[in-house]
Amino acid sequence: MSLTVNHLSCLMGGRLILENIDGLVARPGEITALIGPNGAGKSTLLKGIAGLEHVAAGSRITLDGQALGNSALAPRAEHLYYLPQQLGSSSALNVFEAILLARRTRRKESGRQGLYRVRDMLRALELEEMAERPLATLSGGERQRVALAQAMVREPRALLLDEPTSALDLHHQLQVLDWLSRRAQETSTIVVMAIHDLSLAARFAAHLWVLKEGHGVACGSPGDVLTPARLREVYAIEAHVEWPENEPPRITPLTATRRLGI
Amino acid sequence: MTSVTPGTTHRVDSIDRYLARRRWHLLLLAGMTALVLLTFLADVAIGPGRYSLGEVFSALLSPGQATDVLAVVVWEIRLPVASMAVLVGGALALAGAEMQTILDNPLADPFTLGISSAASFGAALAIVLGWGLVPLAGTLLVTGNAFVLAMLATLSIWGISRLRGVSVQTMVLMGIAIMFFFNALLGLMQYLASSEALQQLVFWSLGSLAKASWGKVGLLLLSVALCTTIFLQARWRLTALRLGDLHARAMGIDVGRLRMTVLLCCSLLAATAVAFAGTIGFVGLVGPHIARLLVGEDQRIFLPMAALCGALIMSLTSILSKTLIPGILFPVGIVTALIGLPFFVSLILRSRKELW
Repeated sequence: MSLTVNHLSCLMGGRLILENIDGLVARPGEITALIGPNGAGKSTLLKGIAGLEHVAAGSRITLDGQALGNSALAPRAEHLYYLPQQLGSSSALNVFEAILLARRTRRKESGRQGLYRVRDMLRALELEEMAERPLATLSGGERQRVALAQAMVREPRALLLDEPTSALDLHHQLQVLDWLSRRAQETSTIVVMAIHDLSLAARFAAHLWVLKEGHGVACGSPGDVLTPARLREVYAIEAHVEWPENEPPRITPLTATRRLGI
Repeated sequence: MTSVTPGTTHRVDSIDRYLARRRWHLLLLAGMTALVLLTFLADVAIGPGRYSLGEVFSALLSPGQATDVLAVVVWEIRLPVASMAVLVGGALALAGAEMQTILDNPLADPFTLGISSAASFGAALAIVLGWGLVPLAGTLLVTGNAFVLAMLATLSIWGISRLRGVSVQTMVLMGIAIMFFFNALLGLMQYLASSEALQQLVFWSLGSLAKASWGKVGLLLLSVALCTTIFLQARWRLTALRLGDLHARAMGIDVGRLRMTVLLCCSLLAATAVAFAGTIGFVGLVGPHIARLLVGEDQRIFLPMAALCGALIMSLTSILSKTLIPGILFPVGIVTALIGLPFFVSLILRSRKELW
């Protein structure tokens, strides 16, 4: 029971964005973090898994043992949900309507079941006070929390999050990720999350996938993956890595190994 | 079912608020329907022939007992015109509402995207040169041409959208290019036209409900009913488009196919309306905006509200065009713009909500 990716390649406009990504596994009930520098192909990989980007023949993606391939969007979106990084919306839809919409595009249901689920999400993410505000009036962070509520209200089997905390302040980053990891555990959901903040990744993810320039570099537990040598190889930085007992890991970037300049 | 943590009190219950808001929207919808019905009846009651309200309504309810002249005036002239006004307004507003939705652009409507210009050029071909694009009898020559060219204009926007990597912005720009292209051709036709044909052409391009008939009303009703059904079936998917393409696709929506279906429906609506009533701007743009101000963008409510707003505007316009100066029938296209625009601008400035 898991999400697996094997031999996945992805071509866009004749350019190879992902090349033979192999042996990735994401298990239910825990967060798998997808890390790597800009342009490594993190978003493309998530979109490829979600079926939003065409993957090359021979790529093999399975969810709970079932091969997904390039299957049609609609049936796929019942089990998988990709949360985009860019949430461009100037819509007059209000927060409640937007979350209900996410629910209704997933399943037809009568009665108030859907409404209750929407309210649960609003309360869980402390959004109920702004339930009637149009999306266009929300701040970036509020919009991101609404998007997360939209994702969770669909109750997907696997959730693919593209930098879900990029617009959040420190308080909300910790709060949201803590909630997400508890929800994943309670509902036994597979969560794969692209994220830039390595400390957050180390703290909340049980498993890491590392990408660089379209290649899979490493795959394993944070302790195995996040070593100074690996960070130098992947990010070209010198970093200080600490794993204190009974405390969250500390990853402190020190310097970039290459400097800009003429 | 609910997951309220014990001990916490919630100042608002979002479900209650949501349901209250929905009730209010349904009430608005009912009110708007009543208003349209009222203006429709007023449109039937008012006209150059000085009949009293009682006479008109008794002719409506029991046509057998009215005098022949009155029965003809009410049943063959005023009712088709009034029905046409409501349907043309509804059709243009529906087309505008969905074009704005699928093209993600608040300025999209059949007029700004060149569909009306194309239709005018088609009409000009018939009026000035006597060319018919469809094998039709004389009276429908103008209508047939207008319809064919309006469909052609939309299909070319759609055709462009099929090319790889074409964004909705490109589609909108394409529409604007089409508008300029057909306006230039229309200008050429006007330059070539005899003074008699020119007068006819100008009259047509200003929009008119005067040539309404039951046949046209029936055809228009058919296309409005068909497209409304298709739109309502796609109501959640259309609402999801407002979140952006990627987000909508992530929800499992085939965005390209939805856009194509809806664009074809819009072209049918706009082409039928313009072919029968000439170019009428403003309604397709403004009807949806007023609806959005009133009820937001949940398509379940927004869609019927946009149609009703369009119907109300055209129905009021039809009344005004008869009553502004008694004895003179103004072209409806002029009235919508002159009377409607200041009203619309004041509405936008007053609300100042971020609508787009």
